[in-house]
Amino acid sequence: MPQKRSIRIDGELVQVARGETILDAARAAGRTIPTLCHFDGLRNSGACRLCIVEVSGSNRLLPACTTPAEDGMAVTTSSPKLTAYRRMTIELLLAERNHLCSVCVSNGHCELQALATSIGVTSVRFRYRYPALPVDQSHERYVLDHNRCVLCSRCVRVCAELEGAHVWDFMSRGIQLRVVSDLDQPWAEALACTNCGKCVQACPTGALVEKGRAVEEMAKRCSQVAQVAMKRGAPR
Amino acid sequence: MSKLKLATVWLDGCSGCHMSLLDLDEGILAVAEKADLVYGPLVDATEFPEDVDVTLVEGAVSSQEDLKRVQMIRSRTRVLVALGDCAVTSNVPSMRNSIPVGRMLQRIYIEGVDTAPGVPSDGVPVLLAQARPLHDFVAVDAHLPGCPPPPAAILAVLSDLLAGKKPSAAAVKFG
Repeated sequence: MPQKRSIRIDGELVQVARGETILDAARAAGRTIPTLCHFDGLRNSGACRLCIVEVSGSNRLLPACTTPAEDGMAVTTSSPKLTAYRRMTIELLLAERNHLCSVCVSNGHCELQALATSIGVTSVRFRYRYPALPVDQSHERYVLDHNRCVLCSRCVRVCAELEGAHVWDFMSRGIQLRVVSDLDQPWAEALACTNCGKCVQACPTGALVEKGRAVEEMAKRCSQVAQVAMKRGAPR
Repeated sequence: MSKLKLATVWLDGCSGCHMSLLDLDEGILAVAEKADLVYGPLVDATEFPEDVDVTLVEGAVSSQEDLKRVQMIRSRTRVLVALGDCAVTSNVPSMRNSIPVGRMLQRIYIEGVDTAPGVPSDGVPVLLAQARPLHDFVAVDAHLPGCPPPPAAILAVLSDLLAGKKPSAAAVKFG
């Protein structure tokens, strides 16, 4: 039997197994913490910082998805401070690249857009960067639009961990960071790609989409991919 | 009680937000009871009046003329509303933003035509380097996103403003 950990989530005592995270504990307590880079059944990367929570005794905000639940922790999942930071994070994501929702195939099905709406974003206080970014349309069935990528790494992880192909990874650093296929070839020339499309279905935005979709037509099948991923047992 | 003064402005946008405004159906009667539409593409006033209570601005700020107009409008308006995605995020007009203006005009008006190549200069305003949202240039009191914002959301914001209230965060999807 795994050893249990007792932690408080918004005052409520929750018991979780060793190795489980604050996010697991919060979900067990019925709390909803906003997430973007988290994907059920895949390893957590702590990339998006939307799931930050307050932990008593720590003066930093910690990502719930990568912080292990420890005995005696007292966690706050929702507060004006957390909402302010989460909102700032969403606005920074919107300002970083060219998320033109009105002409996006994922408009109305996008996790970034849904998060922005749910947290009450009606405008972005940061200056939009409007970078010039490429669109890789070389693949027969799919498109990679860097303009709409939030660098959550869900495609990288689903391809490496679930499909076992590891076509996707990151290149460069900081503001130059972007997703590349194989050794930065066009997607169609990435020999490791099995054309399975899990990356497309796991992508939270309109960055990875099926060809031939018109505006608002690209609903993703995240939950089906997550179900398959969960059947392997939760990764640690 | 005298009626409030309502104005609308059409900058770099497709007029879809104004179409959505017209699409208020009978809701427009409730607006008309409280406010007079004193300026905008839907009426034929030529001068923007001095003391407007509420102005709805559609479109991004793309040219020097747009910029002059928003600065003038801001100085004559009590409550300025960014109406729709182009005013809020710059939206479709921003698609040109990563291309230098000279290069873009060259491609469209010189390389892109078979007859009479030449960049138009007479009677057209000079473009800004980028099309940017309204709040990059002037203070904006309320943002109403949407492409276009749904008529119900426009009516909700207008009803709040015309009742002298701060508009409640309309539950419209962002973008």
